[in-house]
Amino acid sequence: MHIVVCMKQVPDSAQIRVHPVTNTIMRQGVPTIINPYDLFALEEALRLRDRLGGEVTVLTMGPPMAEESLRKALTFGADRAVLLTDRAFAGSDTLATSFALAAALAKIGQEFGPVPIVFTGKQTIDGDTAQVGPGIAKRLGLNQLTYVARIADLDPDAGTITVERRAEGGLQVLSTRLPVLITMLEGVNEMRRGSLDDAYRAARAQVVRWSAADAGITELARCGLKGSPTIVKKVFAPQARAEKVQQVPTADRGTDELAVDVMAAIFRTRPTVEEDLLRFAAGQ
Amino acid sequence: MTDAPNTNAPRPAAGRAGTRRELPEHFKAYKHVWVAVECEHGIVHPVSLELLGEGRKLADKRGVELAGVVLAGDELTAATTAAAAFEHGADLVYTVTDPILAHYRNETYTRALTDLVNTHKPEILLLGATNLGRDLAGSVATTLQTGLTADCTELAIDDEGSLAATRPTFGGSLLCTILTLNYRPQMATVRPRVMSLPPREPGRWGRIVEQPLALAEEDVVTKVLRFIADRESDKAQLAYADIVVAGGLGLRSAENFQLVRALAEVLGGDYGGSRPLVQKGWITADRQIGQTGKTIRPKLYIAAGISGAIQHRVGVEGADTIVAINTDPNAPIFEFAHLGVVADAIELLPALTRAFQAHLSVNRLAG
Repeated sequence: MHIVVCMKQVPDSAQIRVHPVTNTIMRQGVPTIINPYDLFALEEALRLRDRLGGEVTVLTMGPPMAEESLRKALTFGADRAVLLTDRAFAGSDTLATSFALAAALAKIGQEFGPVPIVFTGKQTIDGDTAQVGPGIAKRLGLNQLTYVARIADLDPDAGTITVERRAEGGLQVLSTRLPVLITMLEGVNEMRRGSLDDAYRAARAQVVRWSAADAGITELARCGLKGSPTIVKKVFAPQARAEKVQQVPTADRGTDELAVDVMAAIFRTRPTVEEDLLRFAAGQ
Repeated sequence: MTDAPNTNAPRPAAGRAGTRRELPEHFKAYKHVWVAVECEHGIVHPVSLELLGEGRKLADKRGVELAGVVLAGDELTAATTAAAAFEHGADLVYTVTDPILAHYRNETYTRALTDLVNTHKPEILLLGATNLGRDLAGSVATTLQTGLTADCTELAIDDEGSLAATRPTFGGSLLCTILTLNYRPQMATVRPRVMSLPPREPGRWGRIVEQPLALAEEDVVTKVLRFIADRESDKAQLAYADIVVAGGLGLRSAENFQLVRALAEVLGGDYGGSRPLVQKGWITADRQIGQTGKTIRPKLYIAAGISGAIQHRVGVEGADTIVAINTDPNAPIFEFAHLGVVADAIELLPALTRAFQAHLSVNRLAG
């Protein structure tokens, strides 16, 4: 079974700082990582391959340096890596991104064999939209299974799959037909440590590099900024709050005294909280 | 595929994005503000009501009607959901009622909603950024080939009448305002608890416009086999809790997280944590508070050992009172907390639990 995992290289948002004067992102020195949510997708794909045979191709769209992330995926055990990179893709919103990735997926199917399952993470940590997966599914006419917590059953011969999907208040057990696009929920598995063999292979592996033309994209007007219906009008830093923090003095206080001070300060700041708490205590 | 993207739809002439302000002729008929009202298992999701409140303001600003969209499996669900929509500000409600829609499926809901949009042409379409809403919004926007802005924190109408959707970017470090100029509808999702709940006006009513769904169950590929409801103990109602106590890496160990839970229990509140705690496996992902986790709006929020990275700030800014406990006086959390305590949460939390317990029991006896 040929499985494709769509990944994204993202800045480690935990380490991003905003320039205090210019309000721009200071990218310098911020490490890039594979979008953490995509690792759950990759691990799930590798497990299916290990169980059923076949191969796993990882695909990313991004600048040339995104090759790093693909190489990392190879060290985890992916079999093939495709980098979709072209200036024409710059400024893509989610609609334009799913257009390009769908084209690349179609091309991967032609070049390396049909793709019954496409995996991706539930969202990225930089964009956080969760829109690209559904966009790809819709464009390629794949059945869409988002927020998947578990693959309960997969029958490649019958072409059917059953999954548990996270919904409001519980899990939906859904069955559908291949081909599908699955977005994996976080925390559902743990990424393996790649083997030495994988590391050796990854170091020597050729990452397939495609331009828009290589991926068979002729409508460049549907890519990048031109192909993006949403436009960013302005970017700005969140406003600092006018209300200043009120410090509870801690000097010369034992912990228990301090706790009483903190409680009193809370009740002074928002008297309704005390009323609510007493009502709750009375109801217990 | 019954609803593959309509690639033949007329598209605006290619130009540099954002430079054209003249809406293509075929989009000029698009009017009114719509809110998709989510009603899984017969329960109207509060985010939909919050969105109706926001949608009301947008509709008034544009001088157009506000409509709720109700996709339901049976008449009773449709009627109760429509009633909730009217009582929270809708002028009219579009309903599609069909047993096929009893459980959410991407295929059926995408079809029902895109058919409604193509028939009645809204200029703005809002959905909750729930699992259902995000799954549906992405498909509908792709099918309609229009713009979709996720997880907005502010919606407004700009001087030229466009929807200006503001959302956090780069994990919340910055905000950006996004427009969809040349395409309709302008779509956006908003997370639960970001907008405030409008007051309910009992008895308020409006028009209902019903539309049939031209889809047979045999033609739907995906089947819902069953639904495994969460156990009561698994149901984190964090987003809607009045009091929330949360912990961060300052707690130093998974065992110490128990101190957070103990205080939350005495206060009758819920508990959560910052993103690193999920990564370390100390708490489950549904307890994560912040831009990539839950947005909360409690009356009282106590952050213990949380430094307050911008990612976290975005998720808690709606709280009435933020109390921060941290050993580092320079922690960013002290920039947006209302009350700051420079102390070790591991020592202060148990003392606070004792103090509240004593106060509450004494005053209960006195009352």
